[in-house]
Amino acid sequence: MSRTLTLNIFRFNPQDPDSKAHMEAFTLDETPSMTLFIALNRIRAEQDPSLQFDFCCRAGICGACAMVINGRPGLACRTRTADLPNEINLLPLPAFKLVGDLSVDTGTWFRQMYQKVESWIHTDKVFDPHAVEERMDNQLAEAIYDLDRCIECGCCVAACGTALMREDFLGAVALNRLARFILDPRDERTTQAYFDLVGTDEGIFGCMGLLACEDVCPKQIPLQEQLGKLRRKMALAAVNNILPKFMKPLE
Amino acid sequence: MQIFQTDLLCIGAGLAGERVAIEAAGNGFSVVCLSLVPARRSHSSAAQGGMQAALGNSAMGEGDTPDVHFADTVKGSDWGADQEVARIFADNAPIAMRQMAAWGVPWSRVVPGEHTYYKGGKPFTAIEKKENEGLIHSRSFGGTAKWRTCYTSDGTGHSVLYALDNRAAQLGVDVHDKTEAIALIHDGETCMGAIVRCLKTGELRAYLARATLIASGGFGRLYRASTNAVINDGGAHIAALDTGIVPIGNPEAIQFHPTGVVPTDILVTEGCRGDGGTLLDVNQYRFMPDYEPEKAELASRDVVSRRMTEHMRKGLGVKSAYGDHLWLDIRHLGAHHINTNLREVKEICENFLGVDPIHQLIPVRPTQHYCMAGVRTNKDGAAYGLKGLFSAGEASCWDMHGFNRLGGNSLSETVVAGMVVGAKVVEFLQGADTVFKNACVRDAYTKQEQRIKSLVEGLRGRENPYSVLDEMQDALIHGAGIFRNGKDLGEALESLKGTLARARRVGLSSNGLGANPELSLALKIEGMVKLSLCVVQGALKRTESRGAHTREDYPDRNDRDWLNRTLATWTNESDELPTLNYEPATPSFELPPGERGYGGGKIIPMETPPKSGKKQPS
Repeated sequence: MSRTLTLNIFRFNPQDPDSKAHMEAFTLDETPSMTLFIALNRIRAEQDPSLQFDFCCRAGICGACAMVINGRPGLACRTRTADLPNEINLLPLPAFKLVGDLSVDTGTWFRQMYQKVESWIHTDKVFDPHAVEERMDNQLAEAIYDLDRCIECGCCVAACGTALMREDFLGAVALNRLARFILDPRDERTTQAYFDLVGTDEGIFGCMGLLACEDVCPKQIPLQEQLGKLRRKMALAAVNNILPKFMKPLE
Repeated sequence: MQIFQTDLLCIGAGLAGERVAIEAAGNGFSVVCLSLVPARRSHSSAAQGGMQAALGNSAMGEGDTPDVHFADTVKGSDWGADQEVARIFADNAPIAMRQMAAWGVPWSRVVPGEHTYYKGGKPFTAIEKKENEGLIHSRSFGGTAKWRTCYTSDGTGHSVLYALDNRAAQLGVDVHDKTEAIALIHDGETCMGAIVRCLKTGELRAYLARATLIASGGFGRLYRASTNAVINDGGAHIAALDTGIVPIGNPEAIQFHPTGVVPTDILVTEGCRGDGGTLLDVNQYRFMPDYEPEKAELASRDVVSRRMTEHMRKGLGVKSAYGDHLWLDIRHLGAHHINTNLREVKEICENFLGVDPIHQLIPVRPTQHYCMAGVRTNKDGAAYGLKGLFSAGEASCWDMHGFNRLGGNSLSETVVAGMVVGAKVVEFLQGADTVFKNACVRDAYTKQEQRIKSLVEGLRGRENPYSVLDEMQDALIHGAGIFRNGKDLGEALESLKGTLARARRVGLSSNGLGANPELSLALKIEGMVKLSLCVVQGALKRTESRGAHTREDYPDRNDRDWLNRTLATWTNESDELPTLNYEPATPSFELPPGERGYGGGKIIPMETPPKSGKKQPS
């Protein structure tokens, strides 16, 4: 039997002086295999053409459509309405600047993150177009890809206790990014260089270990393990920094 | 008026756009990339399969060379490709893959020893050589003589895009995301940048640039059922078409991918079949070898899509609430292989279909996937018609794909064309300066400002843009689907003429303030209908079958009359139809027209067959 769904959607257009933040209810008949992608597009086409939300690949690959669905951050495109109750509450992701309604500005946040952790391969080697590629063990390549699978949807930031309390916290996504480079032999940064980037309260030592990040990660990236390893490595680096030279465990 | 000025303006920040941006930034030029979405959400990220390059490291790729890759590409194109471009592409692809490795892509690597692979559902063993250990591995894709597709598990596009965007961030490439170029600034001779709407605030801006690149991907979303991301709606193609002088090359050349899932139209990668997956019908019978004894599931995409449709028309499809479909079977590949090399596929099946592909069949059917069509450029990536305008990637018609592109060749094209065209853009920037004409900029800006006002106030009417879109999509698939014929195309054309008139009377029902999505659609709906008319008119006039363009009423490939490329322009804004011109498919023949070796079909030969031109040493 088909259900009638009620979607309570957060509405606010910062560019409209008459707009006030409020929840607006839309009702919709449920169809087979309906996802929030289908539901929201139908509401826009049939009921309110001004409704703002972000979808891109609509296949769970690009990370554009994260929002808070009945209290939990997740990807709207691959959320099936059949898995939700009749009443569905949709809010924009917290921690990111609101564009309007369910749409937020993740781009600005992530680009500044790349700069903070210097999210690129640091090397002195110059690419030689005539040389054969450097070899890499396949298992290592797979391990790097495993951390590289992050789609920057922002769910882990939105679910993070620290990120909601302090704006400058890097979040699991940035710490996982650094873990990815630590694993990659092509990145020639030293432990000290990594420490200088994340060995702070904005970085790994700000993490309170609540680990909602791993719970909500749509790609099931092992964030708990990565944060744990990184914390240990950075703690060791911190000890290393205060010990006299002959006692240093590193170098 | 807010004005930004830069040396290079890239419209699009996917793989092609960012690769060109990196080349320019690396040579000291300022670059701004415009993107509808944050760069890493570009549709490049969704490409699961891989990139073709003749590295020849794998056991099944042994003996591969750019010559073999070139020949596969030209055959795949059904001789519609520009062979000079196909040659540049094949020669440079290995360099581009290695460069991506240096920039951080975790390519899957060769593991030496005996391995079990699958071909057509049957296992066989091959021995990977010890001396190739750790080099970039490759998998099989359709229409290729060798296993040539480099990959990162099944997240190739994602991992290459992340590596490139990292590189772009390192070099200080500026990405203005959530922006949309709605018109080019030009004086009929030179392109000077673009008029852009900010999709955060709704503000209108002018970007002045000495060179402008269109790298916005394809326009698959003109079709209702497409594997493409929702952003691939042809916005930048429309801006090019609106100049009246920049042509769309081969607008009728649209690819349908054999394995879109039913429902939702999400793509599952060709890697499924490359790795040994098979196609089954309602009786769970493997039918492809009956049609294509040699290549079976791994014939080129146009051929497999046609054979699947043919088979379903015989009543052998699986009935469902969403129409007929067939089955893709990857169960025999086993849990380990599916969990590592086809993980995205597994996630898509589980999340969107509730199907576990390790134990269950995947419902699939051919779905619009790729535009060989695009902004026509020369081999340097310079667009026809306007100086200072370039194009690369799927957005362009460079034209190495002709009437059908091979799986793994488009993702590869993005970084190879990005490298080649990037170097040409740098040459251009190092040469003559561009003069920005004040009047041109002001006129272009005012025109768009007026359009927005008129849409918001309903000065030309109050037609609903969503309903116009619906009507357009009905007509397009009616005329220009997998199989085409004169009658259906004629009906589609007439219907679209009416839709165009409606599109010109569109007005908003909401207030249009800020990043209003109704305004976004209203601004481009007329252009989308025009682009659809280019597709349909191009397909109606081309009275032959070549690659993905299949005319039931003209089943032969006609090299005598149609070994050429359609060039569609929209001469006057108020015209009802595009102006079509034609140019030879290729300036020279390294590989004279011949049989593809799959797909069947008759060929009407050229009256004077060309001589095989040997590759000139560069």
